[in-house]
Amino acid sequence: MIADRTTLTVAAVAVILVIGVGYLKLGDGVLARLAPAWNRKLVPWLFLAPAAAAMALTLVFPALLTVVLSFLSSDASRFVGFKNYTDTLTDPVTQIALRNTVLWVLLLPSMAVLIGLAIAVLAERVAYGGLVKAALFLPIAISAVAAGVIWTFMYDYQPPMATQTGTLNAILTMLSGREPVAWIVDEATNNYALIAATLWTQAGFAVVIFAAALRGIPEELHEAARLDGASEWKLFRYVTFPVLVPTVVVVATTMTVVALKAFDIVYVMTNGTYGTDVLSTVMYRELFTAKDNGVAGAVSTILMIAVVPIMVFNVRQFRRHSRES
Amino acid sequence: MAAHVEDVASRVVQPTTAVHTGRLHPRRLPLHLTVVGITAIWLIPLVGLFVSSFRPTPAVLSTGWWHSFALPGDYTIANYSAVLERNNMLLSLFNSFAIVVPATLLTVVVSSAAAYALACMQFKLRSGVLLVIVTLLIVPVQITLVPLLRIFNSLDLTGSFLGLWLVHLGYGLPFAIYLLHNFFAALPRELFEAAEMDGARRSQIFFSIVLPLSRPALASLAIFEFVWTWNDLLTALIFLGGFSDVAPMTVAVSQLVASRGNGWEILTSAAMLSMVVPMVVFLAMQKHFVRGMLAGFAKG
Repeated sequence: MIADRTTLTVAAVAVILVIGVGYLKLGDGVLARLAPAWNRKLVPWLFLAPAAAAMALTLVFPALLTVVLSFLSSDASRFVGFKNYTDTLTDPVTQIALRNTVLWVLLLPSMAVLIGLAIAVLAERVAYGGLVKAALFLPIAISAVAAGVIWTFMYDYQPPMATQTGTLNAILTMLSGREPVAWIVDEATNNYALIAATLWTQAGFAVVIFAAALRGIPEELHEAARLDGASEWKLFRYVTFPVLVPTVVVVATTMTVVALKAFDIVYVMTNGTYGTDVLSTVMYRELFTAKDNGVAGAVSTILMIAVVPIMVFNVRQFRRHSRES
Repeated sequence: MAAHVEDVASRVVQPTTAVHTGRLHPRRLPLHLTVVGITAIWLIPLVGLFVSSFRPTPAVLSTGWWHSFALPGDYTIANYSAVLERNNMLLSLFNSFAIVVPATLLTVVVSSAAAYALACMQFKLRSGVLLVIVTLLIVPVQITLVPLLRIFNSLDLTGSFLGLWLVHLGYGLPFAIYLLHNFFAALPRELFEAAEMDGARRSQIFFSIVLPLSRPALASLAIFEFVWTWNDLLTALIFLGGFSDVAPMTVAVSQLVASRGNGWEILTSAAMLSMVVPMVVFLAMQKHFVRGMLAGFAKG
């Protein structure tokens, strides 16, 4: 089996390269025989066609179909209007998921901006700043599955009299003498625990983006402000921060999308139990356990509607940029 | 007053060293505490997993990982040999490669051709296509899963690597094209305009000028795609249908989590194994990773 997989990998690489190069060279050669006007029109599409086809087949077309499915019955046999939407929106499970998704969208971006900005700014002021940034950066390469395992151990709970094997509860019981907390079972803490675990994997992204933006601020600006006797805080508040606002927007919108798409960590750590469902886990269950394509379609359409404002914002930004350049 | 002037003067003369003083000034203590504290929160979970993965089963179940520092020598690689023997974990590692390597290459090949057309050629729908791509950048893939799974079922593509390559290709393309478009658009035009004058075909310009010049951007993109597809769980769960003989590492580890009771203690080593490959890729090519991140996101 392992040999099979290795052969497959190598063969696939060879086939992709041969077909890719062959397609462009041959296609270009064929188009070269056309009249120049036609050639100029068609060559861009020769290069664009594979990508356009792949995106149409996996993204555009299915997304539109989902919206259609969301108005059909579970076996897609008849039109049911908004029934799937009203059914799922009145279902307590979806309501909890909606509440949690809102919690994710509020907390993850704001915490990522806060931690990212704090570390990017403060790391510049200590001799071991590089090490600090590296530490926050490392979890970017870790899958949400592995992060879920890591944090399941961190949050591990043992009954009050037993030895606490979870790091967090060991610290808590030792320092405060309080009862250990069942972080991912207790409904007062579990959603925050999941969001914190996600933040742990994502903060490095924010640090990198903020650190780069900080490097872009001319040093003279700071020197001039210091000459005027500005304190470090005022320097940050009135010189650094205003320059960083566009970067804050980039980090916040990216993290909002991450929060809306959240699935892996929840699936691994709680599978949506104890009131930790998010929209994606509800959709996954509707799709595979309940096998109701209509409701699954409705839930994912709700998710889609939630990102539309960010989408509009991004498109506007992009248009402004392309006009400027 | 004099002290103040002197203070200002010293800052002017050495603006950076004034901020970077190595000496531990009492007023800087909160700064150090904050920075060290946050760093500790980020490092301790990793150290905990790493140490736990080398501890014998009874020890993992009875005491916290930090206790192992008190009795040196109580480490074992038994967890790793156990995890490689069971649950097809080694096969999963190779499944991950068989999914990720072709999917990454496919994305790089297809997106570079498309980005070249969008950045360096003039045609009617150019800006329209670009806008669609910017929109698709943040479409939650969840919205495509229901119909895509039906289409794949009818084409018998579920449970096959080919199906998953195509899904990863489609999902990865908007970001890939966007990233490369930004890079290609910044290449000096004169380079290929001269070649065009000489009658070079577009494919020749693409292969002999654009691609060689764009190696850093292609490397960034490849690393991104590699790490993302390696770490993907949702797509693999859905389009491989949970068959263990094709399951990648992420799916295999998540199945281990689901079946706690049996294999809870080897979960640590399984998680470590699933992290090794993306970590190595990431650490070896950190510069490219950061550059790609900045080009792909910061330009917004």
